[in-house]
Amino acid sequence: MNICVLIKRTFDTEEKIILTDGIIQEEGAEFIINPYDEYAIEEAIQIRDEQGGEVTAVMAGNEDGEKELRTALAMGADKAVLINLEEDVEDGDQWTTAKVLSTYLEGKNYDLILAGNVAIDGGSGQVGPRVAELLGIPYVTAITKLEIDGRKVKIERDVEGDVEVIEASLPLLVTAQQGLNEPRYPSLPGIMKAKRKPLEQLELDDLDLEEDDVEPKTKVLEIFLPPKKEAGKILKGELEDQAKELVSLLRSEANII
Amino acid sequence: MANKTEAYIKGGSFIMEEIPFDRIFTPEDCTEEHKMIAKTAEDFVLNEVVPFIDRLENHEFDISVKLLKQAGELGLLAADIPEEYSGLGLDKVSSALIAEQFSRAGGFSITFGAHVGIGSLPIVLFGNEEQKKKYLPSLAVGEKIAAYALTEPGSGSDALGAKTTAKLNEAGTHYILNGEKQWITNSAFADVFIVYAKVDGKHFTAFIVERDFPGVSTGPEEKKMGIKSSSTRTLILDNVLVPKENVLGEIGKGHKIAFNILNIGRYKLAVGAIGACKRIIELSVKYAVQRKQFGRPIAQFPLIQEKLANMALKLYAMESSVYRTVGLFDDRMSYLTPEEQKDGNAVAQSIAEYAIECSLNKVFGSETLDYIADEGVQIHGGYGYMAEYEVERAYRDSRINRIFEGTNEINRLLVPGMFLKKAMKGELPLLQKAQSLQKELLTWMPEEIGDGVLEQEKYLLKQAKRVTLLLAGAAAQKFGQSLQQEQEILANIADAVNNVYAMESAILRTEKAIVNSGEEKNKQKLLYTQVFVQEAFQELEANAKETIVAIEEGDDLRILLSALKKLMRQIPVNVIKKKRQIAARVIEEEKYIV
Repeated sequence: MNICVLIKRTFDTEEKIILTDGIIQEEGAEFIINPYDEYAIEEAIQIRDEQGGEVTAVMAGNEDGEKELRTALAMGADKAVLINLEEDVEDGDQWTTAKVLSTYLEGKNYDLILAGNVAIDGGSGQVGPRVAELLGIPYVTAITKLEIDGRKVKIERDVEGDVEVIEASLPLLVTAQQGLNEPRYPSLPGIMKAKRKPLEQLELDDLDLEEDDVEPKTKVLEIFLPPKKEAGKILKGELEDQAKELVSLLRSEANII
Repeated sequence: MANKTEAYIKGGSFIMEEIPFDRIFTPEDCTEEHKMIAKTAEDFVLNEVVPFIDRLENHEFDISVKLLKQAGELGLLAADIPEEYSGLGLDKVSSALIAEQFSRAGGFSITFGAHVGIGSLPIVLFGNEEQKKKYLPSLAVGEKIAAYALTEPGSGSDALGAKTTAKLNEAGTHYILNGEKQWITNSAFADVFIVYAKVDGKHFTAFIVERDFPGVSTGPEEKKMGIKSSSTRTLILDNVLVPKENVLGEIGKGHKIAFNILNIGRYKLAVGAIGACKRIIELSVKYAVQRKQFGRPIAQFPLIQEKLANMALKLYAMESSVYRTVGLFDDRMSYLTPEEQKDGNAVAQSIAEYAIECSLNKVFGSETLDYIADEGVQIHGGYGYMAEYEVERAYRDSRINRIFEGTNEINRLLVPGMFLKKAMKGELPLLQKAQSLQKELLTWMPEEIGDGVLEQEKYLLKQAKRVTLLLAGAAAQKFGQSLQQEQEILANIADAVNNVYAMESAILRTEKAIVNSGEEKNKQKLLYTQVFVQEAFQELEANAKETIVAIEEGDDLRILLSALKKLMRQIPVNVIKKKRQIAARVIEEEKYIV
């Protein structure tokens, strides 16, 4: 079983977002593997341990991503590939990432590609499906269970709290939803071994891509923080008056009716 | 890290030499691998241990055993055990980072520390090949749990006064152990005990005693003030037959093991204190931000800010001192040949080289923690006195640190004693240095101090070293052999030495950070250092006066006091303003920040 996991480096969930001149400040922030990608890594390792094969972790990002890829290796991935876009891509979007990743994956004959359901920063959930489209293979998103029997795959996916059961066949791309598994901690022996596992670094050139090929299809117009949460208001007086006041506030202050 | 063309830094040499910043280890020097190891330890403690703290505090020790096994599966118990015995053989920095993360788990960190530290290390360092093969692989994964039994009802600080006896049986195959060991951590569930007993009532010796040996039992669980998550009982040895092969080290050489293990216990205690301090600062600042009085968060009041600043800046100096010491061990060991690195004796000696630093860390670590825990409760006000608040437990848990691993009083007395020994053995030319200083002082004039970054602090440090040497020299001259009786003066000298080590550690760490990443990114470190150095210097001044007055009289006293006055001249910085700046960042981040 040849398995590939797509990984993104994201802000730590605890990190405060600070905007300066409309740009998110990354200086001094802690970064982690996107939590949904951790489910993908864990699943890949479990399948490999059960059925044999090899797990490759792939990231399109910048040099700093090496840390997250090492963590994936420490968890148990066999090798890692970092496609460093720092030099060539100023602004990228989901299309850019999907194009880069699919170009790398083209012709690599992976049986199974796993990605996170969404990234906790951008939250678009697009990269996985776009990669599958570009590669011309089927995909299933938000999976919570995966069983592989030969080339046949049985999947449970989360649909707004309900479960959908799907049958598919390899090759296949799936995106991992919370509940798929409990990601392991990188063990200390794992961390020591990770140092010696291969981590390949590539650039656009190595994929025969030009900057124009990966130009973003979308444009960011503005970045702003959600409005500050105001203190709550407790209405007082007779019930009927309270209800009237509430309705008028919903119209005038909250503007939601 | 070390530049191999230079010799390693000698233990205690900081008191008379200038140490360049690139020769010390700082937390900023951690590698990616170190950070990953710390992250695994942190995640494990937060997700797997913290949810069980209430039950652990309730003495549900089956959970402790389960958690240790889980930690073992992740390799968290194997850092100090060599690879040949299923360990990982990591550097001391890695092992310290793990210990620091565990302190978040309160009393369970004592369970963990007793197992990996004082429980396992005697075998790692002093066991023979058979003993290592037999015990270490199962200790490395938590399949077996270790404990350390030195203290007795009648012998605490005076450890060598133990009454437990060992007598070879007639067949010459087993030692028969009899006695009682007191306050043994992990005793409820430990499988292996390192027990000290006197062979024929005379020769202090260490033994590996298994729980299953007939005659081994434990008393009832002690009711303690804090660290309730850890098990503490009496270990009772009633005609226990211990195979001769289980003698650890040599007969009559138990003290060598005990003292070496104490060194390790001491610096590890300080490492644990760092983690506990960080947690209390986080709890306190979060509380201060959320708690409103007089219509605003109490974090906005300058007196609360001052507390937070004091807590953070003391921690900075303490953390800098402790990691510097841990780095010294790794540095020293990097000079060992591969064969020596496998020899526990050589490794133990590498740590013993810095026995002074270990004692300083123990005292400074435990007292910083106690100070921070106390102020943490104070910031919480009445709520801090209530058991629902974590800071209440942290306060109780903190207190034992000033007592175990050698009381702080014993450790203070050890510091000047160890210096004296080094001087006598010719390892450190302290007496010569003190004498030349005395001459120098007669004509010495205060230097012009520049206003460059850290210039003032470095000047104060240089003066602090001179004053400390002056005190030590004067005391040694005056009292000679009877200096041992002058415990107050010895403790004052130890405090002066600690001030020097802490000031220097903070200065060098900040200097290194500024050289590596610029002043702009290290403003907080600079503020911590400026305030800490000034306050430590003032503490030293009061201490020096008290000491000199107790040593000299008449004209000699007047000469010394005027020399002291010259040495201690300084231009004070506005610490009130700087502490407000420090607090502002701590409040903004809602945690200890460097």
